[in-house]
Amino acid sequence: MHISEGVLSAPVLAGGAALTAAGLAAGLKGMKPEKVPQVAVLSSAFFVASLIHVPAGPVSVHLVLNGLNGLILGWAAFPSIFVALTLQALLFQFGGLTTLGVNTFNMAAPAVLCYFLFRPLVRGRSPAWAWAGGFATGFLSVGLGAALIGLSLALTGEAFLEAAGVAFAAHLPVMLIEGLLSGFCVSFLRKVKPEILGVTS
Amino acid sequence: MHLEVFALGDSTWHRTDPRVKLLGTAGFAVAVATATRFTPLVFALALAAATLWTARLDRRKLWIRLAAVNGFVLFLWLFLPFTTPGEALAQWGWLTVRREGLELAAAITLKTNAIIMVTIALLGTSTIFDLVHGLVHLRVPRRLVQLFFFCFRYITVIHEEYVRLRSSMRIRCFHPRTSIHTYRSMAYLVAMLFVRSYERSERIYQAMVLRGFSGTFWTLNHFHMHRRDWALSAGIATAVGLVLALQWGRSVL
Repeated sequence: MHISEGVLSAPVLAGGAALTAAGLAAGLKGMKPEKVPQVAVLSSAFFVASLIHVPAGPVSVHLVLNGLNGLILGWAAFPSIFVALTLQALLFQFGGLTTLGVNTFNMAAPAVLCYFLFRPLVRGRSPAWAWAGGFATGFLSVGLGAALIGLSLALTGEAFLEAAGVAFAAHLPVMLIEGLLSGFCVSFLRKVKPEILGVTS
Repeated sequence: MHLEVFALGDSTWHRTDPRVKLLGTAGFAVAVATATRFTPLVFALALAAATLWTARLDRRKLWIRLAAVNGFVLFLWLFLPFTTPGEALAQWGWLTVRREGLELAAAITLKTNAIIMVTIALLGTSTIFDLVHGLVHLRVPRRLVQLFFFCFRYITVIHEEYVRLRSSMRIRCFHPRTSIHTYRSMAYLVAMLFVRSYERSERIYQAMVLRGFSGTFWTLNHFHMHRRDWALSAGIATAVGLVLALQWGRSVL
C-alpha cells in the first residue's frame, strides 16, 4: 500500500506532507510518557504483522491492518504508521522518503476515521456487532486507503487514471481478507485482553 | 531478523556523521522529486550511481533491492506510454504509444532510482540507532524520536514471538489455505502478537520508571563534525545546487 519515490507531483507531495504533519501533531499532542512504549511496541507488532502473508486463492497478500491500528491507537495511528513506514523506507526501500507524507496520510486517515466510526460498536455489549465493527474497520480502511492512493495518482496527472483504477481493483480481495481478519482479531482481543481496545481512552 | 543489511562496512559513507547524511539525503530527494527536466534527472542518477559505488556494498544484495524497487516502476510502464494524452509515435491496433507518456515513464524511472540509490548509500550505511541519535540533534520532536527508537528496538523481539507462535501452529498441523479457518487462525495469531507486545510495553515502562525515567531521553554522546564531514557536506550541497540549477536555471549549463 505505498507509492514509491519520484511518481507524484510536487504539489501532491507537499499537500500530503502538510496533512501528515497535522495528523502527527494531533497524535503526539498529549501523549503521556507512559504511552510512548505502548504505542511504539504495538507499532513494532504492526510492522511485523505487515510482513505476514496470507493465501488468497492462487496468490498470497500481505496484511495491512491500518484499520485495526486506528481502532487500537486512535489519533496515535498517525505517528505509529509514520514510524513504521519510515522504517520500511529505510530498511527495505519500500515506499520512499519524499512520499512519506502522502503514504502516511493515505493509510492513517482511514484508520482514524474507522476509530471514530466503529469504536463504539467494537467496545459494545454484543459480540456479533463487535465482530461486524471489526470487519467494517478492516474492509473500509483498506478500501479508503486504496481510494486515496488512486486520488493521489489522479491529482498528479490524468495519465495515471488507468493505473490507479487497476491498483484499486487489485485491492478488492485484500479488503475482504482484511475485514475477516480484523473481525476475528477484535473478537479475540475482547475475550483475551479487552484493555487493548481501550488503550487511548 | 537481520534488518540493517548495508549498515556494516568501512567506506567513507559508513564513517560520515549521520546528521550530514540525513540532511544531505533529504535535500537531494526533494530536489530530484520536484525536478521535471531530463538534464538534471540524468545528472542526478549519474551522481547517485557514483555515490552508491563509493559505498562499496554487497553487489548481489544491492541488485535484489534495486530490482524490487523497479517492480512498481515496471507496472507504470505498462500504462503510462499508452494512457498519457499527447503526440502519437506508433500504433498497434487500439494501442497508441505517445511521446509524453514515454517521457513521463522515463522521468519516473530516473527519479525513483536516483533517490533510492542515494538513500541506500547515505542512510543505509548508518545503523538505525545512529540515525535516531542524529534526529535528536536535528531537533525532531522528542516523542517522535522516542517512538522511532522503541519501535525499531522491539521489531526483532516481536518477530521472534511471531516465529515461535508460527512454529507451534505448524507443530499442530496448521497449513494456510484460502479458508475461514485459516483467516481465523491467522487473526488469532496477529491478535496474540498485540497482546504480547502490549504486556511487554508495560514491563518496559515499569523498568524505565524503576531506573528513574521522567520523560526525557538524555543523549550522552555527541557527534563531532570532522574535516571530512564538512568536505562531504560541501560536496552534497554543491550536487543538490547543481540539480536545482539545471532544473530551474534559465540558461542550460
